Amino acid sequence: MEKWENNKAWFLILPVFIIVAFSSIIPLMTVVNYSIQDIWGPGQSVFVGTEWFREMLANKRLHDALWRQFLFSGLVLLIEMPLGILIALAMPKKGWKVSACLVIIALPLLIPWNTIGTIWIIFTRPDIGLFGAAINNLGIAFDHTARPLDAWITLMLMEVWHWTPLVTLLAYAGLRAIPEVYYQAAKIDGASAWATFRYIQLPKMRGVLTIAVLLRFMDSFLIYAEPFVLTGGGPGNSTTFLSIYLVKIALLQFDLGPGGAFSLIYFLIVLLFSYLFYQVLQRAGKGEKV
Amino acid sequence: MKANKKTIGLLIYFGLIALPIYWMLNMSLRTNASILGSFVLFPFDATLRNYIKIFTDASWYMGYVNSMIYVTINVLISLSVALPAAYAFSRYRFLGDKHVFFWLLTNRMAPVAVFALPFFQLYSTLGLLDTHLAVALAHCLFNVPLAVWILEGFMSGVPKEIDETAFIDGYSFPRFFVTIFIPLIRAGVGVTAFFCFMFSWVELLLARTLTVTNAKPIGAIMTRTISATGLDYGLLSAAGILTIVPGALVIWFVRNHLAKGFALGRV
Repeated sequence: MEKWENNKAWFLILPVFIIVAFSSIIPLMTVVNYSIQDIWGPGQSVFVGTEWFREMLANKRLHDALWRQFLFSGLVLLIEMPLGILIALAMPKKGWKVSACLVIIALPLLIPWNTIGTIWIIFTRPDIGLFGAAINNLGIAFDHTARPLDAWITLMLMEVWHWTPLVTLLAYAGLRAIPEVYYQAAKIDGASAWATFRYIQLPKMRGVLTIAVLLRFMDSFLIYAEPFVLTGGGPGNSTTFLSIYLVKIALLQFDLGPGGAFSLIYFLIVLLFSYLFYQVLQRAGKGEKV
Repeated sequence: MKANKKTIGLLIYFGLIALPIYWMLNMSLRTNASILGSFVLFPFDATLRNYIKIFTDASWYMGYVNSMIYVTINVLISLSVALPAAYAFSRYRFLGDKHVFFWLLTNRMAPVAVFALPFFQLYSTLGLLDTHLAVALAHCLFNVPLAVWILEGFMSGVPKEIDETAFIDGYSFPRFFVTIFIPLIRAGVGVTAFFCFMFSWVELLLARTLTVTNAKPIGAIMTRTISATGLDYGLLSAAGILTIVPGALVIWFVRNHLAKGFALGRV
């Protein structure tokens, strides 16, 4: 659609601009302000330049949290993408069953994030949880509050349970957009189910799957509430992800300077990925191959 | 044969989705003594005591009321500022339009944890701390960009000729916008409201940081219970089940738009 050229349109976006500026630019400037000063009381501060940045960049615990975060996001993608596609392929193609399936599949996405954590605490506790008790009855000791590996397994199960539906919904939307003639042509050629998937469905889903990969990466990279409720970052620091560590520094210890520097580093990493994401989406929107 | 295998696989998956939720439902219908005393797969000694406690104890049910209030304020603010902006993005080319759009999106993707501390400082300076408005405004950080994006998508599907015809017929812009244009995209407005509702409803970190007692959301009340010693699993489960209900109710209305909304919504 050809758009009208008119700079007065700025008046229409002014309210959005003001409200987002209020909740984004001012707080970000505050963070910048913290990150270059040493503040030890109201009105008492001294300019320290890049000291906090150097301190945070050399901080071993920040490095650990960052690698943990990448490992977590990587595992999330490796498990959720194939699983989500598989479920989308198994879904019915028309009729009331589609609506029913969609509603059931979307259910975990609509549960508040702290409730998700609560559900999984109750589900996996070794004494009262169905899952925890079942595993322990099999003779395998399982306790996510005491053993890091168990905490990770629980978190991954929760994450897969919570967010695979998103991949499924996107993949399903992609599959429904493939014209029926493609399948007819494949049938005439006598293509196997695998060949149909590999040479028709997968390439046609490339756009939505790219979106799914990036969304899942971003969301898992920002995860806070679920591990906060489920493990509180422990046992030890084994599930302390970036957001959890940042909140620890900024809100619990109230270290404004290091917290500010950390915030900006974190934000820049995310910004880098969002730029990449935007580029991909722009190209997908123009109908080019991504 | 092959179709059967698919159906069985799907049913198993649905079972796995439902199992943890069922377990919480099971716990919510039992007393704490019963939960800790015996391990049963089905709540034979079912009681509504936990639910009655939540509905009669103000420190519990006010959590739901508080959450509802700030979510509603947030949806209203988000929609009212996003509607004209989305129209501008869908109809006009103007100086810096692409950059502003990208800037909005970066806020959608901002790590919420980054904003917790400055929001706390900002709202305490303004005297807004522990009010519903503070949480509602804070959630605009991610909901306004989301609303703009979803609405823009729906608006771009409306042909521009409708606008032109209306203006030729002598409609002023505000009158055209409210009486003709918004009714045309009411499905989009509904979907947008739904997703703003959802993302404000599921968020915990900002809501918890910006409230102390008066506007404390249910999520924060629940986490407080977890940190206490000797926690009541039955009560906690009942509270959790009640937080699922609103989402489960409204999901039916947007089932045909779910995939599209989530594709755009989590940006």
